Amino acid sequence: MKIDLERVSVRHPPTLSRRGEVLSDVSLAVASGEKIAIIGPSGAGKTSLLHVLACAQQPSEGRLLLNDHDPWTLSNAKLKDLRGQLFLAPQIAPLVPRQRVVTSVLAGRLPQLSLLQSVRNLIYPTNLQAVHDALARFDLAEKLFERVDRLSGGERQRVGLARVMISSAQLLLIDEPLSALDPQRGDQALASLCQMAHDRQATLIATLHHVEMALKFFPRIIGLAQGNVQFDLPVAQVTPALLTELYRNQTEVDHAFDAVQTAGDTIARPAFAPACR
Amino acid sequence: MKPVAHSGLRPKAICFLLACCALIIASFASLNLQFAAFFDSGTLRKMGLFIAELTQPNWSGAFWLKLLPAALETLAMSALGTLIAFVLGLALAIPASKRSLARFSLVRSSARWVLSALRSVPELMWAALLLISAGLGPMSGTLALALHTTGVLGRMFAEALENAPKDNEFALSVRGVSRSKIFFFVQVPQIAPQLVSYTLYRWENNIRAATVLGIVGAGGLGQMLSYYLSLFKMSETSSILLVMIGLVLLVDMLSAKIRRVLA
Amino acid sequence: MTSLIPTSAPDFSDIASQHLRDPAWSRRLTGAIVALLILWPMFEWTEFKIWTLWGPESLKQTGNFLASFFPPKLSNDFLIQVAHETWRTVAMATVGITLAIVLAVPFAVIAVRVLSLSALTGRMQFLPSAVREIVRAILIILRSVPELIWALIFVRVVGLGPTSGVLAIALTYAGMLGKVYAEILESGDPSNSQALMRNGAGRLQTLFYALLPQNADELTSYTIYRWECAIRSSAVLGFVGAGGLGQMMDASLKMFNGSEVLTILIVFLLLVWCSDLVSAWLRKFLS
Repeated sequence: MKIDLERVSVRHPPTLSRRGEVLSDVSLAVASGEKIAIIGPSGAGKTSLLHVLACAQQPSEGRLLLNDHDPWTLSNAKLKDLRGQLFLAPQIAPLVPRQRVVTSVLAGRLPQLSLLQSVRNLIYPTNLQAVHDALARFDLAEKLFERVDRLSGGERQRVGLARVMISSAQLLLIDEPLSALDPQRGDQALASLCQMAHDRQATLIATLHHVEMALKFFPRIIGLAQGNVQFDLPVAQVTPALLTELYRNQTEVDHAFDAVQTAGDTIARPAFAPACR
Repeated sequence: MKPVAHSGLRPKAICFLLACCALIIASFASLNLQFAAFFDSGTLRKMGLFIAELTQPNWSGAFWLKLLPAALETLAMSALGTLIAFVLGLALAIPASKRSLARFSLVRSSARWVLSALRSVPELMWAALLLISAGLGPMSGTLALALHTTGVLGRMFAEALENAPKDNEFALSVRGVSRSKIFFFVQVPQIAPQLVSYTLYRWENNIRAATVLGIVGAGGLGQMLSYYLSLFKMSETSSILLVMIGLVLLVDMLSAKIRRVLA
Repeated sequence: MTSLIPTSAPDFSDIASQHLRDPAWSRRLTGAIVALLILWPMFEWTEFKIWTLWGPESLKQTGNFLASFFPPKLSNDFLIQVAHETWRTVAMATVGITLAIVLAVPFAVIAVRVLSLSALTGRMQFLPSAVREIVRAILIILRSVPELIWALIFVRVVGLGPTSGVLAIALTYAGMLGKVYAEILESGDPSNSQALMRNGAGRLQTLFYALLPQNADELTSYTIYRWECAIRSSAVLGFVGAGGLGQMMDASLKMFNGSEVLTILIVFLLLVWCSDLVSAWLRKFLS
C-alpha cells in the first residue's frame, strides 16, 4: 500500500502532563512494499504517527493518502474495506485472557469472514493448519490450544505477531514489536516480519526502541522527536551523530524498559481510543 | 470560660433519627396491629399444636409420588426461567451499555428503562399478572421468573460490558471489523466469567422464589403447600417445607460445583 | 554467541499437520449434548408450551384483559384508596423492619466474636463458642424460610391483616439483618474494642463506645437498603392477605378489572422508584 502524509499535525487539548501538539508538520512518502523503522525518544509521537496511518486518529491539519485516497473522505463501506487491508498491532498484544491462542490468532482473519463464519470459528476453529504455521514462524506452534493467560508476556507478544501473519493485510503497522522479547527472539521475530512483508509485497512500518535492531533489519529509518521528523534516510546514511542528536534529551537510550514507559506518559490519546497500556 | 457541653452526635444524625422515630410512630399508629390476638392463649395453643405436627413430617410413599413431580417442576421452573433471563438479559444489555460517547442516547435510555421496569416488579407480582394469559401452572411461574430476572441480569451484564477494558475491541475495530463480530469474539469472552457468576447467583435466588410462586397458582411445591396449609394438614406441610429446603441446598451445591468446573 | 534458547523449535509441522484437531471439541460436544438432555425435560416439567399464548382462545383472553387495562382508573375515590394502601404498605415495611432490628441487634451482638471476653487472652472457650454457633444457626433458619411462607402460616393462625405481614417481615429480615450486622461489626479493626475490654470495660460499654460508632455508617446504610427491600416484600405479602397494595392488586386481578390493576401497578412502580431515590439520597446524606 502506498502512503503519503502531507504536512500532518495532530493536536490535543494540552494538560499539565503533556503538550498539546503531538505531531507537527509531518510529511512522508512511502512506496508500496517499503520497510521503515521509526525511532525516537519516549514521547516523540511514534505511536500517534502509527495511529494516524491506521486511520485511528484523524489529523488536525494536513492530509493522509492511502493508495492516493484520503480515507477520511471515503464512504463508510469503502473505509471499512480499506481498514481490512491494514493491520495495527499495539505494543501490548490485544488478546482476551481467557481465550485460547488459536481463537486469538484467527481473529486476524475477521475482516474477511462473514458473521456466520466468525461464530462458527468460535465453536470449532477452521483452518488450523494456517494458524499452526503462523505460530510456528514465531516458535509457538505447541501453544496452539493453550489459554492466553497462561502465556508469558513475550509469548503473548509473539501471538500478536502471529495474528499479523495470518491476516492478509497490505499495510503492517507494528508498535514496539520487541518490547517483551529477549534479543534471540527479537531477532527471529523481526526476521519473520520482514520476510512476511517481503513475501506479500506489503508495506511494513514499525516503531522501535532498539536502535541497533532497527538499523539491522530496516532499509529506511525515520527519526522522530517531539512530534517532528528529524531525519528520514536510507540506513546507510544514518550516522551516530544523528542518533545522538535525536536522543539528546533522553538519558536512557535503547533501554529495553523504555518500551513500557512510552505507552502511558506524554503520548496523547486519540479521541476514541483507549490508552495504549 | 466554662466549656460548653454538646452532644457527640452530628446534627445530621440527629435529624435522621428524629425523622425515623416520626416515621416509625406514624406507622405503628396507622396499622391495626393485633399482637394481642397473636399472643392470646387460644392462638398460642393452636401454634403449639401446629409445631408439634410439624415435627412429624409425612414421608409415606403415596405422598412422595406427589412431592417428587412437584419438586422437579419447581427445579425446572427456576432453571428454565434463569436460562431464558440469561439470553434476554444479554440481548437487552447490548443497547443498554454505553457504547457511544454521546451523553444521551434514546436507545440506551429506553433499554435501561425497560430493564428497570422488569426488575422493579417482584416475581410474585409478575406471576399474578401472567396467570391471566399463561393460565394456572408452572409456565406462568417460569415466565414470571424469566421477566424479573431479565431486568436484574440485564443491568448487571450492561455494567460488565461497560467496565470491560476496551483495548482488545479497539485493536479489532481499527481493522474495520463489524460490531457484531467484535461482540462475539472479544466482548463476550472477556465478560464470560461474570456472565456465569451472576447467572448462577440468580439461580440460587430463583429457586427460593420458585418455591413460593405456586402460592398464587403458578405450580410447583408452592401450590401444594398452599393447598395442604389451607386444610391445616401440618405434617404434609412439614414434608413440603423440608423438600423446599432440600431443593435450595441442592441448587446451592450445584451452583458451587458449576462455578468450580468453569473457573 | 551460544544461547540457551533454541533458535527454532523442533519441526512438528509434518507430523502434526495431518492430525490437527481441536482438543476441546470433544469436551464441548459432550457438554452440549448433556445440556440438551437436561433442557428437554425442563420444558416438559414446566409445561412450557409458550406457543399456547398465541392460540386463538388465549390471545382473545389476553387481548381482552390487556384492552381492559386502558385507560387506568383515575377516579378520585379509587386514587384515595390507592394512596391509603400505599401508606399501609410503607407502614408495614417500617414496622416490620423496626421489629427486625429489635430482634437482630441482640442476636448480632451475641454472635460477634469481637466482644468475646474469653477470646481476649487466647482461644475462645467452648461454651461461649457454642452459644455463638447456636445464635448463628438461628439466624440462618430465620433467613432461609421465605417470608411468604411465614405470612401464609400466620394468616391461617391470626387471620387476614397487617399483623401477619409485619411478623413475617420481622422474622425473615431479623435473620438477614442479624447476619450482616454481625459481619459488619466483625469486619472492622478490633483493636479499639480489645483495648477497652483489656482495660476493664464491660461488653455493652465496648459496644456503645467502640463498635457502634466505628461501624455506624455501614450499619445504617445496609438498614436503609433493607427497608427499601421490605417495601417490596410487604407489597408481595399482600397477595396472601396481609393488606396493602398487593392485596388490592390481587382483588382487582381476580375481578379482571384491568384499569384498576394498571393504576395500582403504576403506583407501585412509582413507590419503588421513589424509595430507591430516597434510600440513595439518605445514604449519601449520612456518609
